[in-house]
Amino acid sequence: MTRRPGAWQTLLWLGPSLILILGVVIYPVFALVRASWSRYSITGVYEGAVGLSNYVRLLQQDALPRVVVNTLVWVTMVVGVTIVISLAFAQLLDASFPGRRVVRWFVIVPWAASLIMTSKLFVWIYDYYFGILNHVLTTLHVIAEPVDWLGNDATVMGAMIAVGVFVSLPFTSYVFLAGLQAIPGDVYEAARIDGASAWRTYVAVTLPLLAPALVVATVLNLIYVFNSFPIVWTLNDRNPGFGHDTMITYMYKIAFKSALRDIGLAAALGVVNVALILVAVVGYLRTVRWREADA
Amino acid sequence: MVAGLFVAPYLVMMLDAVKPAGELRATPPRLWPGRWQLQNFLEVVGDETFQAGLRASLVIALVSTALALAAAIPAAYWTARQRFRGRSAFLFLVLVTQMFSPTALVVGLYREFFELDLVNTYTALILTNAAFNLAFAVWILRAFFASIPRDIEEAAEVDGCGRVGTLVRIVLPLSLPALVTAAIFAFIAAWNEYIVALTLMTDPARKPLTVGITSYVTAYVQHWNLMFAASVIAIVPVVILFALIERYLVGGLTAGSVK
Repeated sequence: MTRRPGAWQTLLWLGPSLILILGVVIYPVFALVRASWSRYSITGVYEGAVGLSNYVRLLQQDALPRVVVNTLVWVTMVVGVTIVISLAFAQLLDASFPGRRVVRWFVIVPWAASLIMTSKLFVWIYDYYFGILNHVLTTLHVIAEPVDWLGNDATVMGAMIAVGVFVSLPFTSYVFLAGLQAIPGDVYEAARIDGASAWRTYVAVTLPLLAPALVVATVLNLIYVFNSFPIVWTLNDRNPGFGHDTMITYMYKIAFKSALRDIGLAAALGVVNVALILVAVVGYLRTVRWREADA
Repeated sequence: MVAGLFVAPYLVMMLDAVKPAGELRATPPRLWPGRWQLQNFLEVVGDETFQAGLRASLVIALVSTALALAAAIPAAYWTARQRFRGRSAFLFLVLVTQMFSPTALVVGLYREFFELDLVNTYTALILTNAAFNLAFAVWILRAFFASIPRDIEEAAEVDGCGRVGTLVRIVLPLSLPALVTAAIFAFIAAWNEYIVALTLMTDPARKPLTVGITSYVTAYVQHWNLMFAASVIAIVPVVILFALIERYLVGGLTAGSVK
């Protein structure tokens, strides 16, 4: 079993995976880069190379600064709030109480459900006239009169972030829960013997031991939330222009939806997006010190 | 209970799914249906859009799952059992594909399938889902294969089983839990996939459920109750499947870096 296999044999066993990855993940990267320096007709016919002009035009788009700011707000708020709530929530899930199994099943529902269906559901919940949210909040006198959550420039980003957090909590809480359960019980016992308070124990013992899980959850969430499409796409549906778009939905609208229908311009933005994700991936692999041996 | 917050929106979905259309237009809105109209589900199931969506979703999810497993099994087995040059490069490549969602690459994917004349085909979505769900299957299977004692396999080899025979007759039957986990995950991910389907499938007869369902509520028609009924049918089975593999998810998604 220890003799080294021949290269052709390895290629045979890895072949199907390699074909899939090269054909459907790596090739589209090249297609994307190539498209970013090409021009296409509105029906998709190649009309020749245009050098870097798509990138130049991208920088000239009036909507770009707004979209970049939106992306920063969207990613930092969703990830930040998700991490804080999940830390508390994982603690709760880790405690033993009757019905814990049921609670864990409840928690995974937003994770398992189709994001587009959840997004549509929230469009309805946020509805100005018929939505349950306005009804509940006005009945409880939290707000004096109904709010048009998704039509008002001041509230639409917050409304989208709330849904983003809602669907990110299950995965994040589960990562923290796995981290908590990996902490041996005697550490807590030692802290108790030393007379540490519950809060002190959490800050001085639990959090440092949870650091690896924290890094993993943060970076994976950064990538997931940056890449997130259905929530912003659906909840921001009614608003014209690009005032509440992220770099992902903006790219999509340029390519397929707006009057622009400009594959080359969208591809230039797509290359920027891919580059940003690559930076996050490399950062992730460095911080978790990924080695194939323990992967 | 805090946990109730996770399901509360979906309760709204379920209750609205069984209301007559008029009750969704009541102000102030009422949570509880005044009249339970369970026919909404029958209407959806009998609807052509829904049937086409269900067919597309099932075909795409099932075939892409089979394809992802067929590619992942030999790769996971080989990397779990053999040391060879390029092994870490291969695993690195798998990890990177897991980090990239089709979303970021959608323009590139569109160009590729446009050039291959595969727009509006199940094939394009099957290939995309299989490729992007491959990584999870590789991690789950690799970890499981590695935990199977080599003695068993060596005994099989002594008895004259080749490598493929050992894998098929000894290793795979022992790995049923990992195979089920990987299959369920790949199935759900493909079932829920949205952006590539939205981009490539413009023919209404070939749109999977995630895309097709939105046609119940457009600028012209507002069948929220039917859309929610269709959503309930699409969501409930995958939540149950997801619950079955819940405890393996974190390991597969973080590639063992949490513990």
